[in-house]
Amino acid sequence: MGSVFTANASTPRSLTRERAISAIQRQGALIALILLAVFGVIRYGSNFYSPYNIFDAFLNNNTYYALIALGMTFVIITGGIDLSVGSVAVLAAVTAARLSGFGLVPALGGAVLIGLAIGLINGGLIARFALQPFVVTLAMLLFARGAALTLSDNAPVMVDFAGGFTQLGSIHLGPVPLPVIITAVLYAICALLLNRTRFGRHVLAIGGNEEAARLAGIPVGRSLVLVYAMSGALAGLAGVFLAALSFSGSPTGAIGWELSAIAAVVVGGTLLTGGVGSVGSTLIGVLLLGLIFVILNFERGQGTFQLNSFWENLIRGAFLLVVVIFQNRLARRGAAPRRGAS
Amino acid sequence: MATAPPAAPGAATGLRSAFALPDRVRAFSALIALALIVLYNVFFTPNFLTLNTFNANLTQVATIIIVGVGMTFVIATGGIDLSVGSLMAIAGTVAPLFLLDANQFGPPWVGLALAIIVPLLVTTLCGLFNGTLITSFGLQPIIATLVLFLGGRGIAQLIVNGELREFRNLGSPLVPSFEFIGLGQIAGVRFQIIIMVMVVVLATWVLRATTFGRYVLATGGNPAAARLAGVPVRRVILAVYCISGLLAGLAGLIVVAINRSSDPHRVGEYMELDAIAAVAVGGTPLSGGRATILGTLIGALIIQLLRFTLIAHNIEDGITRMAIAVAIVIAVLAQRQRAS
Repeated sequence: MGSVFTANASTPRSLTRERAISAIQRQGALIALILLAVFGVIRYGSNFYSPYNIFDAFLNNNTYYALIALGMTFVIITGGIDLSVGSVAVLAAVTAARLSGFGLVPALGGAVLIGLAIGLINGGLIARFALQPFVVTLAMLLFARGAALTLSDNAPVMVDFAGGFTQLGSIHLGPVPLPVIITAVLYAICALLLNRTRFGRHVLAIGGNEEAARLAGIPVGRSLVLVYAMSGALAGLAGVFLAALSFSGSPTGAIGWELSAIAAVVVGGTLLTGGVGSVGSTLIGVLLLGLIFVILNFERGQGTFQLNSFWENLIRGAFLLVVVIFQNRLARRGAAPRRGAS
Repeated sequence: MATAPPAAPGAATGLRSAFALPDRVRAFSALIALALIVLYNVFFTPNFLTLNTFNANLTQVATIIIVGVGMTFVIATGGIDLSVGSLMAIAGTVAPLFLLDANQFGPPWVGLALAIIVPLLVTTLCGLFNGTLITSFGLQPIIATLVLFLGGRGIAQLIVNGELREFRNLGSPLVPSFEFIGLGQIAGVRFQIIIMVMVVVLATWVLRATTFGRYVLATGGNPAAARLAGVPVRRVILAVYCISGLLAGLAGLIVVAINRSSDPHRVGEYMELDAIAAVAVGGTPLSGGRATILGTLIGALIIQLLRFTLIAHNIEDGITRMAIAVAIVIAVLAQRQRAS
């Protein structure tokens, strides 16, 4: 992750500067992550770094957010937003549960295709009609939730164990569960996609300045459709994992996932203004937000304090506040001299 | 995406005439949609033209309109406020703290006044907090208000330790007076509907006829130009989030008064989405610089009546939601064509 992805860097000097700023931004979250991990290892010992705790309890339960945040990263880099992902995940989970009797591949394929289709509609409306991403994906949030309710007859759909669908959640390679491996592979692919391909450069350019990108001959519409399709498909896959690990597709779950994903992307250091961002920093953001909860759970388990679950909301809000203010200060200090240029 | 011409505060009359027509045209297209839904119901829904149906629909939509008015101000500056639902929950849990005992604070009317004023003060301060994060810390509105969206509900839950508070179990004889906010009637019309109408009228006047209203639109149209033209942009942004907080608090009081209980988990849930949808359907673009309060009123009424119509004809919940989603998209598509 040595390189940094900026769209509007013109001179070598501003490139180095932006590189430095972005490195600091990313390291802000990384430093917090390392500190928390060290704190956990020292305080809780081998319970904390046991393979089960790392791979099954921690990573496996964060694959949903990781996948959604991955798609959201691309969307946010283009300067957009995708509020529909939580509902899409739920619709995909219900679809996967409905199709689970036919086996793993139809269930997985069908659910991801539904996510992809919704993403294509989002992207099509945004790109073709120049509608605002916020409104389009807000409407899709409602639509997908309604479709999930209809498809499930307003009740959780149990997974059919006969079809082998639940293997998805139970297969391990060594100590690592399959969903974690799939997620890691997708992160690697998407990092390459963003850094090393023409599509990635287009995405960054659109976020930097959509009008300039259009004038420079970049296929803005097609790129936007692809980005929202990716976000939809990844949300669909998150829904598949949710169904496989919870053995059911519930039409009322996954509320607020879109906001958690946005928080993870922002905490990682990707700016909501678009044009700048990286896949690696989103991974750090997801892990950081996940780790906070592991540590809170450990503290509760040790009986240090009697935190009821209401504190969780408060701590999530406060933590988000501290991290984004910290990020913002770093970004501003670094970016101050070039403000006039952008 | 055509943005509004940057509105110079000096050109007051020019601004009004420049804005009045497109606003009216947009509000008009939404109005036609509303009229069609009403007409359909008049012919095909039994008992539609009764005071009960009228009251039931307006009761359900009143809080969305009140919050939507605040949201319209915020969106007019180019911002967004995701925290409104959580602020409603905070107001709903703070109010009962002053209704425990009639003589807690001297004469009974003091307790009643505090039960209304303190929650509104608290949520206004929450709005000030949102605004400060945006103006002083440079956070983007969606992230700044996400903080209280997450944390605010936690605060509400902690105030009452997560318990649902039923008003009839409170000691104070003031409870019925407090519940008047949500349940009282004046000449057959529910009191909250009167509050809603007052909020809409006042907000329309502020946005159209006051300097502050022009500042709001100028800030959303082009913040840099507005600043250069002498608009106190920071104070305007602080003010709109305070207004949004205040109105969210008011809606929170109404909801707990209707329910005769305060549930920190449920009060104001999804309100941010309902309010934003009402604003968007009403014709206010999310990019800022243009706004119509009347449009927000009509937008909320369209969504509510659509929901009512589908439920009255036994369409199931899931399909109702899908239909509303489609209606939102059609509405913004229609406005896009008219605006361009």
